[in-house]
Formats: sequence, C-alpha cells, structure tokens
Amino acid sequence: MDARPLRVVCYVNQYFGTLGGEDRAGLGPQAMEGAVGSARAVQQALGEAGTVVATLACGDNYAAEQPERAVAELVRLVAAAGPDLVIAGPAFLAGRYGVACGALCAAVQAELKIPAVTGMHAENPGVELYRRQVHIVSTGGEAARMGDEARRLVALGLTLARGETPGAPAVEGYFPRGVTRNVVTAASAAERATAMLLDKLAGRPFASEVPRPAFPAVPAPRLVKTLEGATIALVTDGGLVPRGNPDGVEPLNATRYGAYSIEGKTGLDAAQYDNPHRGYDTSWVKQDPHRLVPVDVARELEQQGAIGKLHETVYSTVGVATTLAHSARMGREIADKLREAGVDAVILTST
Amino acid sequence: MPTVQVSTMTPVAVMVGANRIVQAAGIIHPLGNADLAPEDEKALRRRIVEQALHALRTEVTRPTVFTTG
Repeated sequence: MDARPLRVVCYVNQYFGTLGGEDRAGLGPQAMEGAVGSARAVQQALGEAGTVVATLACGDNYAAEQPERAVAELVRLVAAAGPDLVIAGPAFLAGRYGVACGALCAAVQAELKIPAVTGMHAENPGVELYRRQVHIVSTGGEAARMGDEARRLVALGLTLARGETPGAPAVEGYFPRGVTRNVVTAASAAERATAMLLDKLAGRPFASEVPRPAFPAVPAPRLVKTLEGATIALVTDGGLVPRGNPDGVEPLNATRYGAYSIEGKTGLDAAQYDNPHRGYDTSWVKQDPHRLVPVDVARELEQQGAIGKLHETVYSTVGVATTLAHSARMGREIADKLREAGVDAVILTST
Repeated sequence: MPTVQVSTMTPVAVMVGANRIVQAAGIIHPLGNADLAPEDEKALRRRIVEQALHALRTEVTRPTVFTTG
C-alpha cells in the first residue's frame, strides 16, 4: 500500500456538520478545514491510513431545492481540496441528506474520477436513486453507532481508493449495484444448490445467488362509481392483434402494444384477428378470440345495464419474457390513455 | 383506477402484487374451454367476467384471489 496517507474529503449536512438544525437547512455549500462534526468519526476510523483534509457541508434544503447547483458547487470544492477519496455521510434515514450524498458521490466519480463512498439506511430514498452508481454502505436508521458505521464506510472507501474491487455486496455490507461479475468458486453449482437446500430444510439461513426483482406494493384503488355507471376497459397481455399485426407487437420480449377499436362490435370475428404470442399455444385463442378478450359477454353485460359502458378500445401486448421496465412503461402509458378517455376500471386478461 | 387481472397463474399475480385477481380457466384459453359446448363455454366466460366485476367493486388492501364458483 501507498506509504503516503490518503487525503480524504468528507461531506456532511448542516446538522452533522454542527452548523445548526432545521433553521440552518438553507445554508449553501461551504468547506471547513479538517474533520468537523461527524467527519471526526471518519478521521478516527481512518487512523494512520488517511487524513480528513476538509469537511464540506451543505444545508438539506439548499441541496434538495437546487440539487444541480448544489452538486456543481460541491464538486468544485472537492476538486479544490484534491482528495484521493470522498466519504459522504453516513446519512442514516435522513432523506434529503441521503439523496445529496448519493448525488455528490456519483458526480465526484464521474467528473473528477475520484472514488467515493456513502452510507445510509435501506429505506433512505438515496439508496434506490444511487445504489447502481455509488457504493452505499447499509447503515442503521439513527446515528447511535456512528463510530462503527464510519469504520465500515472507511473500510470500503480504502478498498476503492487502492483501486481494488470490493467483495460481494452481502459480504462488504453495501447495497447491490446490479453488477454481475464472473467469479471462480470452489464448489460446483450442484454442490452449492444442495448445500442451500440442506440449509433451507434445516431452517438455517441461506442466500440465493439469483436475486429476484422486487415488486413494490401498489395501493388498490376503490371503484368510485357503481358498476352500472362505470366505463370498463378490456386489456390483455395475451397477444391478440388484428390480422397482419399492424403495430408489430413482438412475439416475445415485447416493447410495443396496440390499441384496437371494438366500436359497434358485439363480438370478435376470428378471421380478422391473429396472435404473435410465442409463450403459449395460441391455436385456441385464434379459433375464438373471446377466449382471451371477452368482448361478447362484456357487450351483453353493457346492453343489460350491468356495466355503464364497455370502452371502445382494447389494448393488447405480448407478455412473455417481457422486461419489468418495459412492462411498467407500457402499463403506465396504457393507464394514462385510459384515464384520459374517462375509463373507470380495467379487466386485464392474462395467459 | 381499479384493475382486475384474470389469470390462470394466480401465484404469479400475487407475487408481482396485482391487487384483484380472478382465477382464469387455463393458460391456452383463460376465458374459455374448447372442450365445452359453445353455449356452456360462453356461460363459463360470463361467470369469469361477472366475478371480475365483483372483484372490481370489492375493496381490497392486498393481493386477493377471487375464485369462480
């Protein structure tokens, strides 16, 4: 390791910089010499390995209300101090502070090519915003164990400053950045899977090697009208399209959807429809599209007054190997169009 | 706006967080069954759609599966 002690710059908010409370949250970026406030815990953790040459501080509101300006000013202050490493926070559960720490670290890495690390609690909004760009150490919600948390930030920071690759997130205690890295393991996949199964059967803790996407809970809205007064739309991810597939909806991994009129139709004529979906045998749906999109009975229910109106546009895409990002985007776009059209509720049919 | 997902793979719908879920009749024909006589198949489809409407007007706070009786 380099004999020269590392030059470290710390970033804190007004509170952790001992400049004041909420009344000073409007303070603009400023540089203080040496380790001030919570940066003293960082200096203690660094010991002989490095020196906190400056502590930068910025008020939470200043950073939150004009983030681009605040980050640009802070980056200039970092550059002026010429550090080998930037340590921001830890911000714990403080949202404005966490977002500012993430933004500053990302900018310092990108613009100054200086390694940076921060720390915060899993529920700090800064985690989701910046964990892909920045190494964010997972901390508790409050500053009660500041010394311990600072040691973990410093340990990871020193690894980065040496130009070394940190270990896996679970081992080093930072939030996964979504990076896949090839590693050589002593045990084969079969052996690891068997060991995992034995742990599971014995009730011991085990960690999957395949992270699953997280699906945040979505609130369930209430139907504000009665069904008899409501406009109901039909949407499907089962791939029904007009013959010729005019929108070019892909047979798998779809990025497109179509909007198809059913105005004046009491049913769907199989001869006019097709289905590019490659995730299931579409023969039965091609034979009778109502097996996927129930225009026939929905129209009857409309005529009988059980629902106020059947929306005259059906939205359709292909839901197989479709990425979460495209699914979410298409869902948002379709929902926006339905809302604009005055639709009250949706029946989504899936295969 | 309230949405009901008519799906055969209800555990998947629950996992991804769909709030209103109605059990469909099969992967290859979620709202039908080619083995039934046409009028019986349409009656089955109507029961599923009616169940979907019932789900839409039912207040839920978490992923809830409505089966078709």
